[in-house]
Amino acid sequence: MDIYQEQILDHYKRPQNYGRLKSADRQIELNNPLCGDKISMDIKISKSIVSDIKFSGETCAISTASASLLTEYVKGKKITDLKKMKSSFIFKLLGIELSTSRIKCALLPLEALHKLINDA
Amino acid sequence: MISATKIKRDFPIFKHHPDLVYLDSTATSLKPQSVIDKTVEYYSQYSANIARGLYDISIKATAEYELTRQITAKFINASSSDEIVFTRSTTESINLLANCLGKKINQGDEIVTTVMEHHSNFVPWQQLAFEIGAVFKVIDIDDYGYLDIYRGKVQNSKVKGQKYNSKFKINLSNLITKKTRILALTYVSNVLGTINPIKEIIKAAKDINPQVIIVIDAAQAAPHLPIDVQNLGADFLVFSSHKMLGPTGVGVLWGKLPLLNSLMPYNFGGEMIEEVFIKKTTFRSAPHRFEAGTPNIAGVIAFKDAIKYLTNLGMENVRRHELSLGRYALARLNDEFANKIRILGPVNPEDRGAVTTFTFNNIHSHDLADMLNSYNICVRAGHHCAMPLHNRLKVTSTSRASFYIYNDEDDVEKLIEGLKKVTKLFA
Repeated sequence: MDIYQEQILDHYKRPQNYGRLKSADRQIELNNPLCGDKISMDIKISKSIVSDIKFSGETCAISTASASLLTEYVKGKKITDLKKMKSSFIFKLLGIELSTSRIKCALLPLEALHKLINDA
Repeated sequence: MISATKIKRDFPIFKHHPDLVYLDSTATSLKPQSVIDKTVEYYSQYSANIARGLYDISIKATAEYELTRQITAKFINASSSDEIVFTRSTTESINLLANCLGKKINQGDEIVTTVMEHHSNFVPWQQLAFEIGAVFKVIDIDDYGYLDIYRGKVQNSKVKGQKYNSKFKINLSNLITKKTRILALTYVSNVLGTINPIKEIIKAAKDINPQVIIVIDAAQAAPHLPIDVQNLGADFLVFSSHKMLGPTGVGVLWGKLPLLNSLMPYNFGGEMIEEVFIKKTTFRSAPHRFEAGTPNIAGVIAFKDAIKYLTNLGMENVRRHELSLGRYALARLNDEFANKIRILGPVNPEDRGAVTTFTFNNIHSHDLADMLNSYNICVRAGHHCAMPLHNRLKVTSTSRASFYIYNDEDDVEKLIEGLKKVTKLFA
């Protein structure tokens, strides 16, 4: 039960930045084959800074909350800094102990972000 | 009558976790004390290698190992214990067959399987077909979770779910041809629970082409139903020890003896040869030609105690228990959650094993399983190694509760209580 804290459930029920960007610079779709999660992420970059970002897809509570928190955080941040972002940051953002089977769920949005900005 | 309360006392896991609601026997079953004891007996009393030893403890280990072969043969009514090959798993049994039978298949031949297969009875055949340029045919299912092999479509909800008991005839004319070399299909679906009418399907296939080789995946059948391989008329049938109270790491490959002996070995090495020279090697006959290397001796030896446990209960009784529990689970879940729950597979409990796979309230299966875990309820979440089936059903992931001899109606009620709490939290 521990992982379904209020913050997680809030972000799951009312995710921030949910949807698609009409004029995205980059788009990506990523799957977690373990559970069938699918996430799409759209990003707008101006002057090496994230000007807008949205995500959508079929995701569980943990990856939805993770994507919601992550997209909130990255707006206005420098691409070079985001490239260095580590998994530990996501765990801190979520603020919960994750079992090994759910780590992949939590990290799916970060994986999507990194693929998205890899060569930006 | 099977009493789950009584049976639970034979399973030490319930001493360590008295509140455990274990609903994942489709993945693996729990183990009774007798099976655990037998493993310990081998390791502590006669832990020698088999087949070659000329001393007492090796002779004892060999006798125990071979006795399991006889008991396994009897369990599925094989005509000889030489028809029982021990492998590591159902998966390895099927890969062995795909590999060995594959040597006899040519470009343009047809390999047929179904969309309801576990990946282990799908991917080996698919890859074999790709490799040799054979035609890979996949039998579809209908909306009720039955194989799409019946003459005439059932639309009327009154008769839905009663196909096997009634007049619907099997028609394989578009699926099996003179070019079909292999038909690989599951006895019981690990997701839908559908019990396929294997005997009738085999007959219909052989009527079209007597040469077609039929491979039955009985991983979800052997633990739950009486099996008679001679009566079924299959050529090969495979299953695993660990899903039927036995140790992990033991699989069974049953095959008709002349067929087994017509195949080249899969692994080469010790224990499977007759004589080795620099210029040639001769191989032992089945089953030994397929058992290269030191096998899982302890596992095989203890597997017979799993079979003994089941035969003491009686496989007919096991089926009766699961049927009544499956019927109860279907009725209660539908009663309690109505259109919030979508249970996959046949509506008629008679046509299914005690497997209940469902989507619930738009809640992701991983969240659901994780939440239920906090109430000591073990269910499976994901695609259950059946991605083609999930794609066919247009669902990304599902939750699965499955039942066995140590489960009873209390477990169903606890599942329902758990699902209610999940609803509350996510609503």
